[in-house]
Amino acid sequence: MPHDHPHDNGVSASGHPYRTDNDGALSYWQCMEIAVRELLVEKGVTTSSEIARQIEAMDARSPSDGAKVVARAWTDPDFRRDLLADASEATRKMGFDIGPMKLIAVENTPQLHNIIVCTLCSCYPRNLLGLPPDWYKTRAYRSRTVREPRSVLAEFGVLLPPDVEVRVHDSTADMRYIVIPARPEGTEHMDADALAALVTRDSMIGTGLPLDAAAF
Amino acid sequence: MKRWHDMGGDEAGTIDIAQHDFALWEKRVDALMVLCSSKGLFTVDGLRRVLEDMGPDAFETMSYYERWIASVNQNLLEAGSYSVAELAAKMEQVARRGADYATAAAPERTS
Repeated sequence: MPHDHPHDNGVSASGHPYRTDNDGALSYWQCMEIAVRELLVEKGVTTSSEIARQIEAMDARSPSDGAKVVARAWTDPDFRRDLLADASEATRKMGFDIGPMKLIAVENTPQLHNIIVCTLCSCYPRNLLGLPPDWYKTRAYRSRTVREPRSVLAEFGVLLPPDVEVRVHDSTADMRYIVIPARPEGTEHMDADALAALVTRDSMIGTGLPLDAAAF
Repeated sequence: MKRWHDMGGDEAGTIDIAQHDFALWEKRVDALMVLCSSKGLFTVDGLRRVLEDMGPDAFETMSYYERWIASVNQNLLEAGSYSVAELAAKMEQVARRGADYATAAAPERTS
């Protein structure tokens, strides 16, 4: 396939320097995105508004959705049981659009720490947490997490005692995991809303822990 | 024998935790993938097949959503959603509109 990036020396056709965020010179692949999108609209496969709605739906997803699930699991024993049995169904019942993927919740305990990865690509519980962080898709994270998870965890600042078992879950296109971190100590008095504020994105990937309740 | 995309267990360096904001064109690629698969034009396995067949060089030289639009396009060509000639004509038309994304992505004025 031809790969003819325009070379612009960082200056637009009108002589202005490009902004460094989103407005670089049109690349070959951006040109292809525009062309594919317009062809699909012209052919009646989709519409501009349907694409805009899909982007809005994806943008609206964030780790705060997952945090609500975790906080409920911490405070509602029946929900926790249902979540661990069938996370797709339990989160759908909470109103989340989980899509066709199979979602599996894995729970951290004082003896067990779970961490998720996709060694093959970038599979992630995106319908619950939003799009994955860039590092989740890097060669380094994908390669090392299954080989030396404790050293990866240490890079993220998670230092576990040697007697805590580390279990690595390798996601697939059809099967995504979410970690249910252990409820922090000293949070007995907190309700689900307050607890959800302690649940970080990384704590649901396994590369982090919930925030310290004492900080609130 | 494992293929290049199966990175589990390979030696690798420190994890780069730098994060970039998704650009509009990247969000659009993501949306096209979700919409086309929900409409049955191709599957996530079809997306993956083309990504994996690109080989390791593409992983190093193309960004994530660059690889995705290349794969989405290949799958749509195979599904018969449009032809290579139609794609080429449309890309030429888009490139003529302007040298930056915002201009090239803007709808053409008919007046």
